[in-house]
Amino acid sequence: MKIFATYNIKGGVGKTTAAVNLAYLSAADGNRTLLWDLDPQGAASFLFRIKPRVKGGGKALIRGTKALDDAIKGTDFDDLDLIPADFTYRNMDLLLGGADKKPTRKIAQLLRPLAAEYDHVFLDCPPSISLVSENVMHAADVLVVPLIPTTLSVRTLDQLTEFVAGFNGHRPQVRAFFSMADRRKRLHQEIIKNLSNERADVAATPIPSLSLIERMSVERAPVTAFAPRSVAARAYRDLWTELTKET
Amino acid sequence: MFQGACAALPRWESDVTAPGLRGFVLEAPPGDEENLLSTVLAALAQSFTVQPEKQVQPEKPAPPESGVPGVPGTGAHRRTWLDTFDWRLYRAGLTLQFEQARRGGRLLLARTDGTPQAEQAVAGWPRRPPLDLPDGPVRDRIAVLIRPRALLPIVRAVSTASVTRLLNADGKTVARLVAEHVTVTAPGQAATTAELAPRLAVTEVRGYPGPARRASALLASVPGVTHASQEVFIAALTALGRHPADYSSSVAAEITAEMPAPVAVARLLLRLLDTCESNVDGVLRDIDTEFLHDLRVAVRRTRSAIKLLGAVLPDELTVHYKTEFKWLGDVTTPVRDLDVHLLGFDALAGQLEAASPADLEPLRAFLARRRAREFRRLAAALRGPRFRAIADDWRKALLEVRDSDGLRRPEAGGGFPRRRRPTAEALARSTTGRSFRRIAAQGSAITRESAPESLHDLRKRAKELRYLLEFFAPLHDPVAYRKVVGDLKQLQDCLGEFQDSEVQRDEIRTLADAMLAERAAPAATLLAMGEIAAKLARSQVEAREEFADRFARFAGPAGRERVRVLLEGRP
Repeated sequence: MKIFATYNIKGGVGKTTAAVNLAYLSAADGNRTLLWDLDPQGAASFLFRIKPRVKGGGKALIRGTKALDDAIKGTDFDDLDLIPADFTYRNMDLLLGGADKKPTRKIAQLLRPLAAEYDHVFLDCPPSISLVSENVMHAADVLVVPLIPTTLSVRTLDQLTEFVAGFNGHRPQVRAFFSMADRRKRLHQEIIKNLSNERADVAATPIPSLSLIERMSVERAPVTAFAPRSVAARAYRDLWTELTKET
Repeated sequence: MFQGACAALPRWESDVTAPGLRGFVLEAPPGDEENLLSTVLAALAQSFTVQPEKQVQPEKPAPPESGVPGVPGTGAHRRTWLDTFDWRLYRAGLTLQFEQARRGGRLLLARTDGTPQAEQAVAGWPRRPPLDLPDGPVRDRIAVLIRPRALLPIVRAVSTASVTRLLNADGKTVARLVAEHVTVTAPGQAATTAELAPRLAVTEVRGYPGPARRASALLASVPGVTHASQEVFIAALTALGRHPADYSSSVAAEITAEMPAPVAVARLLLRLLDTCESNVDGVLRDIDTEFLHDLRVAVRRTRSAIKLLGAVLPDELTVHYKTEFKWLGDVTTPVRDLDVHLLGFDALAGQLEAASPADLEPLRAFLARRRAREFRRLAAALRGPRFRAIADDWRKALLEVRDSDGLRRPEAGGGFPRRRRPTAEALARSTTGRSFRRIAAQGSAITRESAPESLHDLRKRAKELRYLLEFFAPLHDPVAYRKVVGDLKQLQDCLGEFQDSEVQRDEIRTLADAMLAERAAPAATLLAMGEIAAKLARSQVEAREEFADRFARFAGPAGRERVRVLLEGRP
């Protein structure tokens, strides 16, 4: 079981759309795939038309009174399941902090029993730097980091890489990609061109800023599913190919 | 509705054919299925938004979702059920399905109620699993069970399914309705085709058990929709005019106690003739060794029945067919003897201590050559006019006796008072009792010094008694029957071991001579054959030592009482 996590300290950079589309493509390739919507806003759950509710809330999951397995819902797509968000996830930091031992390893521990059932797990992380995100970084094999093509966001990537490098034992691989890239902006073009050439941890494929991607919230489905031949879908497909090849 | 490559269709193996309470059958008059299906959809529309998904046609299989060869996607819809000729899997509570994919396919082993047991990807369906089924979970489960029989296709099914999504208020698929149309054919008889009543199944989406239950309840409320009481396999057999386990080598004739004896005997012999004939094709196609074995057992039983019960049949009939069935028995002997050697070859070679199993290989090659030669003779005999005449004329004569209802009973002795027409029960009692007394007397006279022939002869008598018991099994109390047959079997095993060891030893000597004559006998092979002969001699001595105990159990006071209870009922 390989765990991918989409993470960025900032919100609105395309974490959820990346998680939803990459998880869909993983399943379309025949991998048994699970997406855990950890963001209390429940955008990924919404996109799959699944109610953002878990019986017993985050508390039951973290304390183990409800098995993670019981919270899983089938999506409309083969080989793709989802653990919905729940509004109580907003208190997840407190819940994780209350765990007896290793509060930063709790999510990894909860996912372990699912190893036989899934080939790929995607964690869609809420924006912030918190105990939840630290848990996600410890659980993940690959941190997929969407970056807006700006100089500042590159700094954030460096900070993140440095933070992860300080982990004892298991360290996730950090793979960034440019998100919401606007071809009309020269600065975007330049940053994308330079950085993806210079840095091995930045994917060559950018995800363009397109209204079709925004349309996902109207269609309530991955763009890779409702418009598989679109530019947007092709970009996610290329990114997925890159990620699976290099990680 | 999304048409992406990943849009979920049912998985044929688990969804369309899913067992359990959610399977339904549309019992509409032919041609009216579509109307009934519309009614079903209207009923479901009370609680769900109903959205057609996609049709899966056999001509255009949906692309497999995974590129793994041998693992079909949703487009795999051609299925063949496999079993041995004598239904060994079904009798063990199992069904084996070969599901065809674009490349190869896979075997699915399930319980007869549909519960999956094991599956294995294969290149094609295996006829002889020990040889052409690679190691895997299905092979592990079935190899011992069916050996030495081959797998045969029993029924083929081609299915098309239409899938309807059931959506909740958010437009989320929460269950699916699968309507499956199945056309079945009997392998080898392309003309024998039948359509099954359309089958409906509600499949659950993970995490949404409630909607699936609700959909099932709505379905069940539609008139003309009934719970599927049969698995597709059984429904397919029924539609083709067959039923599971419709071949058995056991006698199981339909006779009753009150039936006139000639009618009962004719029924018995007809049943044996059916068994003979149903095995001929398998023998000629050399599918596996057991066709010939079953054929021979039916011939032996026929000969015994003619000898022991033939007195109630017209004399001219029994005299002629006694000779004919002896001929049939004799022409089948050489191949069967060689089969026995070849089937037991590995076990025998494995017992060698001084010699190496490899030393025996020239013998295996020699046996195989001989078998090929003898098989040609056997096939010629079975295709020839003499066999055809036996099958046709014997059947005609027996049917005449059966349908005469015993009124034209021939002037026969058989130990019955001339004026009384014996019933099947009276015939069973007199012949079985006589046979038992004969064995008791002959066996008691055997001492440690008696010649081997006395045991050989006793074996024949024991076999005759066994056949009589089997012929009349429907008339006996099952508990009493099992007890007597159990004792008799113990005795027969011991006598069989004694005689077979001797016969095989003689055969090994004969084979050695023949191999020498053909210059096909290396010294190492002859030495290994010598070692086997010595082992057989030891087995024979051991069997002789066991005889007294086994015989005492069978024919001593307790054994006699068991036979009395069998024939006369409890005191």
